[in-house]
Amino acid sequence: METVTITMKNPPALYLEADNVSPDAFAGKTAAQIAELHVHEGNVTSTLGKYFDVSGNAGATAVDTKIIVKGDVKKVKYLGFKMSAGELVVEGSTDLYAGAWMTGGKMLVKGNAEGFAATAMKGGELVIEGNAGNYLGAAYRGDWRGMSGGKILVKGNAGSDIGMYMLGGEIIVNGNVDVHVCTHAEGGKVIIKGNAKSKVGGQMVDGTIYVFGSIDTMMPGFKPAGEIELEVDGVKAKFAHYIGDMGERHKKKKGQIVYANLYKKI
Amino acid sequence: MTKTVTDVICPFCGTLCDDLEVVVSDDGKQLLEVYNACVIGTEKFLHSQSKDRVTRPRMHQPDGTWKEISYDEAAEYTAQMLAKAKKPLMFGWSSTNCEAQSVGNEIAEITRACCDNTAATCHGTSLIAIQDIGLPSCTLGEIKNRADRVIFWGCNPAHAHPRHMSRYSIFPRGFFTGKGQMSRKLIVVDPRVTDTAKMADVHLQVEQGKDYELFDALRVAFKGEWLPDFVAGIPKEKIREVADMMKSGRFGIIFFGMGVTQSLGKNHNIDAAIAVTKDLNEYTKFSIMPMRGHYNVTGSGEVFGWQFGFPYAVDLTRGFARYNPGDTSTIDLLVRGEVDAMFTIGSDPGAHFPISAVKQFAHIPSVCIDPHLTPTSGVSKLHVPVAFNGVECGGNCYRMDNVPIDCRKVVEPPEGMLTDEQFLIKVRDRVKQLKGAA
Repeated sequence: METVTITMKNPPALYLEADNVSPDAFAGKTAAQIAELHVHEGNVTSTLGKYFDVSGNAGATAVDTKIIVKGDVKKVKYLGFKMSAGELVVEGSTDLYAGAWMTGGKMLVKGNAEGFAATAMKGGELVIEGNAGNYLGAAYRGDWRGMSGGKILVKGNAGSDIGMYMLGGEIIVNGNVDVHVCTHAEGGKVIIKGNAKSKVGGQMVDGTIYVFGSIDTMMPGFKPAGEIELEVDGVKAKFAHYIGDMGERHKKKKGQIVYANLYKKI
Repeated sequence: MTKTVTDVICPFCGTLCDDLEVVVSDDGKQLLEVYNACVIGTEKFLHSQSKDRVTRPRMHQPDGTWKEISYDEAAEYTAQMLAKAKKPLMFGWSSTNCEAQSVGNEIAEITRACCDNTAATCHGTSLIAIQDIGLPSCTLGEIKNRADRVIFWGCNPAHAHPRHMSRYSIFPRGFFTGKGQMSRKLIVVDPRVTDTAKMADVHLQVEQGKDYELFDALRVAFKGEWLPDFVAGIPKEKIREVADMMKSGRFGIIFFGMGVTQSLGKNHNIDAAIAVTKDLNEYTKFSIMPMRGHYNVTGSGEVFGWQFGFPYAVDLTRGFARYNPGDTSTIDLLVRGEVDAMFTIGSDPGAHFPISAVKQFAHIPSVCIDPHLTPTSGVSKLHVPVAFNGVECGGNCYRMDNVPIDCRKVVEPPEGMLTDEQFLIKVRDRVKQLKGAA
């Protein structure tokens, strides 16, 4: 695997849209060619090389390419946009749309990621060592197809609206989350190791949520369905089981109505 | 001698009343009296006659004073500011006509700006929900003639849309609602005992920030499923009673306002409200309508939708329209420091935005186009006063139910004053020269 390192040398006055920073866009290019790729600051289009030092050549394909992003990229959007393979490591914190629409490969953010990370993710793995913003693994605005595959791990806290319209895949948040988890979801699995606030599973059709900590306000549409012993992400514990959202439409499978499941650790 | 102009449209709120009578002087230069309007609408008409009105553009000087400049100089400053900026923001549009909005959109397209309207602080969240799950709606006329179940959720028309209740929603005697108020059941959902709530048959005093839960509980109640004893502070028996009351009507309408669009849950509250409406259509006929504030905020959404495909928060910086509130919405752009020029027209963000957003005005070039003296005009570098739309010039506007109504000119503006549209055309032509567009 070849490694390309890009280091911020000339931070933008506004915000930078760097949707070409992905193993797919870098693949098969030399450092000089990578420096010529487009970035956008507002309505001005310029090159990656204007803002970043680029060293190292990319591999022949995305699979053989690893990118390391160094320096202050707190004002850089779209890192890892639509990546399908390879690796991307952001050494600090980054702005909106980290790993948005990714379909494969591994992305690691060592700091925080702002909103819309892993929007409509289809595959691959995104690890955020700090905190994630709002709309983690959610659908893009107006779309009804959210995250459908892959895995997201947030070691810190996450914001509101995580897993909105989720169809599949897995989100694990080690910390706490804000309001609205899996709104409108029709599949997938979300594990919250910390606390959740309210509106957990609102309008949920299908899918599963596990909450290890507290939930401030339960949705009235989630009906108690007993207690159950489960092993979740390596932890064995007793969970209170709820099914819902009883107000929402549900599919039938083999004559049985399929509800979404919410498990809260006792 | 005076003359009376009848059937005048009121350019204040989204109700867009069309039955005003205005008395003007014989030469058409002075507006003397206003009839049929609410107290706010009357004030809007009479304010155009105030003696201390600013009638020429003014530049803010470094020592805090204002220097009068010509409209040409103002257009030059505005065009230069927009043409030079990497990410200009053009905000407002809700208190001007659709013609001016359309010229503004041309400017936005040439300068690749972000454009947004006042939905940013009111019904933007409703627009998100409408895109997510649709909107079964109707016109205000249908409500007047048919509605026998009227729900006001998180809104207080007694104060915000004063003539809404008498013209459309509670009191009028319509074709199928011959007994007026007697033929309607009024349900108000509000954490406060408002003047609207005092008139209600049922007032659900929901706990603040728990509207989403209450909507969900109603949906559960329609299906007759299990409910917890209390939801959002309301006992389950009461929720079932209200659910039955809604189901038993012949034609129902949910009006909703800022109490649900801008409280916890935001777009999801409206999403759930629309879902409630959809569910009710299994049993009877139900509609839902946002209580739009500015008289032409709906029109701004229509014009953005027609020209760019999205109703607000449109980002044109990359040469094509993008829409994702949270990223492309005005308050986020300002608070995050994403824009380098601020253009405001027909609205007052200085009075309604969070202070952290308003503070950004100080760091970037800014223009405010507004007939009034407002907090926004006060903090902007350039203030361009214009003729009052709907009083001193006509133009197309959209009522809250998306019905277009042409506003009328009833009185002449002070001599030499331009309208929004005339000033924007000057700016557009100069921007075209600067950007080399044909």
